[in-house]
Amino acid sequence: MNAWGMDCNELVELVTEYLEGTLGAEARANFEKHLGLCGSCRNYLEQMKLTRLATGTLRAEDVPADALDSFRSAFREWKKS
Amino acid sequence: MSPAGQSGPMDTGRGGTASRGANPANERELIERLRGGDEVAFVELVRQYQSLLKRVARMYVHTEAVAEEVVQETWLGVVRGIEGFEGRASLKTWIVRILMNRARTRGEREGRTVPFSALETEESTCADPAVPADRFQDAADAYPGHWTVPLKRWGDDPEQWVTSNETLDFLHGAIDLLPPVQRSVVMLRDAQEWTTEEVCEALGLTETNQRVLLHRGRSKLRKALESHFQGQVAKA
Repeated sequence: MNAWGMDCNELVELVTEYLEGTLGAEARANFEKHLGLCGSCRNYLEQMKLTRLATGTLRAEDVPADALDSFRSAFREWKKS
Repeated sequence: MSPAGQSGPMDTGRGGTASRGANPANERELIERLRGGDEVAFVELVRQYQSLLKRVARMYVHTEAVAEEVVQETWLGVVRGIEGFEGRASLKTWIVRILMNRARTRGEREGRTVPFSALETEESTCADPAVPADRFQDAADAYPGHWTVPLKRWGDDPEQWVTSNETLDFLHGAIDLLPPVQRSVVMLRDAQEWTTEEVCEALGLTETNQRVLLHRGRSKLRKALESHFQGQVAKA
């Protein structure tokens, strides 16, 4: 039994399963035990959440006006047919 | 989504249950408007999905220009096919499937040598650690498998830093550098907030592979953001 629950290099590979809620009960308990003891891994988990947050904040790039115009005209063509 | 800075380490932050624009009533209404030839509805749809579709198309074709053509063809396919759309899949997975069919055909014609299934296998099975092994102590050290150098936070207000325009611009570039299938999964899950089921359905992935691809993609983005942060600290 690992006194730390698991090692840091194991934890970083389980972060996504942890966030997705797909870790088994035992692995989850060990994951959380490790987090309780290791500030670096708490920071790592925070950074993975921040990464997800940042991706979720990306605005869709603006579609260029000329591209929209071509879609509009294609749409009108189709309506006529 | 709860602000990450305020959530404790025990918060699992379960992702993937919320889905933007998945309200069935809204979707039915949107489909009706499209069928009725409502140009505003169509333009809305294009605005919403254009950049995503371009990224997915890049899984199959070599260049940005060809990806754009594929997306154009997809919209024509959507316009022509909306009449026959039966609503068995959601509108968005239906659109992504049209795109994937066009892109696949186009990729084959272009002679792209790596088919999607091989790309997916390569991206989900090759050795690809979330963090390089040299960041951890080895067997000869005091704490094998533990960080060599403690991992620091991204400043005093990491949430503000990570969502600043400058960081987001950088992140855009980092996403474009991801391998194509990882990029698509990360964009669909984290930017478009699709559920696991929707992503698996649209891209034809198993849940396990979807999760592995998401993990690898997100891990690479974290690593890129970390280097970017350290670069800024070094300059300051």
